[in-house]
Amino acid sequence: MYEELLLTILLTSVPLILAATGELVAERSGVLNLGVEGMMLMGAVAAFGAASLSGNVYLGILGGGISGMLVAGIFGFFVLGLATNQVATGLALTIFGTGLSGLIGAPLVGKAIDGLPALVIPGLSELPLVGVLFQLDLLAYLSVLIVAVTSWFLMRTRGGLILRSVGINHDSAHALGYPVLWVRLGAVLFGGFMAGLAGAYLPLVLTPHWAEQMTAGRGWIALALVVFASWRPWRVVIGAVLFGGVTIMQLAGQAKGWTIPSQFLSMMPYIATIIVLVAISGRGRIQFGAPAHLGKSFHATR
Amino acid sequence: MGNAKLIIAALVVLIAAAVFYMIGQPPQEKETADSGALKVGFVYLTNPGDHGWTYAHEVGRQQLQDHFGDKIETSYVENVPEGPDAARVIRDLVAQGNKIIFTTSFGYMDPTLQVAGEYPDVYFDHITGYKRAANMATGNIRFYEGRYVQGVVAGLTTKSNQIGYLGAFPIPEVIQGINSFARGLRSVNPDASIKVVWVNSWYDPVKEADAAKVLIAEGADVLAQHTDSPAMLQTAEKAGVKGFGQSSDMHEFAPNAQLFSSVNNWGPYYIDQVQKVLDGSWTTGEGPDHWAGNTWKGIGDDFLVLTEFKNMPADVAAKAAAARDGIANGSLNIFEGPMQDNEGNEVLKAGQVMDDGGLWAMNYYVAGVEGKIPN
Repeated sequence: MYEELLLTILLTSVPLILAATGELVAERSGVLNLGVEGMMLMGAVAAFGAASLSGNVYLGILGGGISGMLVAGIFGFFVLGLATNQVATGLALTIFGTGLSGLIGAPLVGKAIDGLPALVIPGLSELPLVGVLFQLDLLAYLSVLIVAVTSWFLMRTRGGLILRSVGINHDSAHALGYPVLWVRLGAVLFGGFMAGLAGAYLPLVLTPHWAEQMTAGRGWIALALVVFASWRPWRVVIGAVLFGGVTIMQLAGQAKGWTIPSQFLSMMPYIATIIVLVAISGRGRIQFGAPAHLGKSFHATR
Repeated sequence: MGNAKLIIAALVVLIAAAVFYMIGQPPQEKETADSGALKVGFVYLTNPGDHGWTYAHEVGRQQLQDHFGDKIETSYVENVPEGPDAARVIRDLVAQGNKIIFTTSFGYMDPTLQVAGEYPDVYFDHITGYKRAANMATGNIRFYEGRYVQGVVAGLTTKSNQIGYLGAFPIPEVIQGINSFARGLRSVNPDASIKVVWVNSWYDPVKEADAAKVLIAEGADVLAQHTDSPAMLQTAEKAGVKGFGQSSDMHEFAPNAQLFSSVNNWGPYYIDQVQKVLDGSWTTGEGPDHWAGNTWKGIGDDFLVLTEFKNMPADVAAKAAAARDGIANGSLNIFEGPMQDNEGNEVLKAGQVMDDGGLWAMNYYVAGVEGKIPN
């Protein structure tokens, strides 16, 4: 019974890990993209469309990622190419993604597909309790791998150093000769691809059908997770599992007859985020790793 | 940067254009100024493609149009948020010449009442509310009747004697459904009980799936839902347990798991009301002073239709059919005493039958449901 609950917690965390890791990289380069929800929905509809038309779920994964990246490209064009306000453009992207995904998805409503199969690793999956870690699906394994690679790239490579320096001070990075806008575009596109994958996970694994606005706010939770993780990739995983755990445990608590009101448990993840936000603002941004030039437009002429 | 403002303006225009393109989609926008056809307007909460609540209303609208043909002209506005903004949409429909307007969600109650006051010669029909006016009637379906039959099937199907039930919000309509389900369940299986999990949302597919997984982990082998997406049934299908669909037939999502689905059938109500307008005999009718609505009908009047009983042995299907027919012809009273709440307090004495007012005042679980209703 506990293993089944643990498995549910892990699966529900995967889209949060994917989306938050992508957004983390974008934010590390100094771009705040509030359009995660919109990109996830575009990823979800494209993934379901590709999978149901082609009959191949793996094409669905790819379609989801690419679709998220394309929408992120639009965002990049406005924010980087035309230096528009990042907050406004990001919000517009969410509204745009919500509407467009509904329009594209209209003919897909009411269809069902066979979801992504679980890849059970023989032997390891038999272990008590930790065995569930080896009963996941391709995207779930991939999400952990991506976090590992992202962490290594950001902290251990020259490219990662450049990306972080662009986010900390774009004028200095520019003076050193780094192509600030191109670095940021790359980070934004990566963020879009990851949000697309996160969106794809919903109709391919969690609920194998398409429905309008099926992300139901998970894009915003991913955004909060980046702050919660204080811009460190591995902390995203911890945060996502915590968020997922609280969500599932409040459901399980009801089934088990705990007397804590479910509404109270439902709001726990948000309270946790607010507490982290308060802690961060109290102890200074730099210490917690918020990129100093996060959300600021870059003009090369100055 | 002056440019930035220009760009933002361009972006806003672009999005506005996209939004208007989508709003401009309703296919029923024909101009027929003097065809003499009665114009009938509908206000929808979501896109009719939701395969749930609004979809059922859209099916009803199509039945209505087919029934009267050229004599009427129907149109709808979709994705209308509940609240004050709905009043604007309803006024728009009046301005377009609609003579009767159906507002199809509970949250349109006050806006509908407000507009009804402004246009006394237009008829308004509000779905599932309780506020009325001389030109505003209310209609509702006895959804709970289908849930009794679900309970009967669940009681005969379960092996673990543990039923999982997803609730959206602990409001009277949902409590009614749970209690009705429990009455059906206990009528055939005194050892079975229901675990209720509140999702706190009408529509959140991922959370509904999560709740279903949790209930299965807790030992439930038959699942029921009072939420709108097919996610629970898909989860049941994957886990090899059974369940019931909501609002519309969902067997395509769960060919092996769906036992049956209670389908909301609004067509007969719409046809009735429009016929009365055409005859000039429209009245609000005799409405009781509670949530039941001026018109509150169920299985017996085809307002609620049960889909084919599948994935169950023939004797279970026969008992389900017997319960359905008993409710339809009035020989079976779902809430007839003796009835106790789940703490052992007597609610109805033997032979006593609950009236409609009592149904809307339910703030307790009957025997067979575990736990307490959250405040």
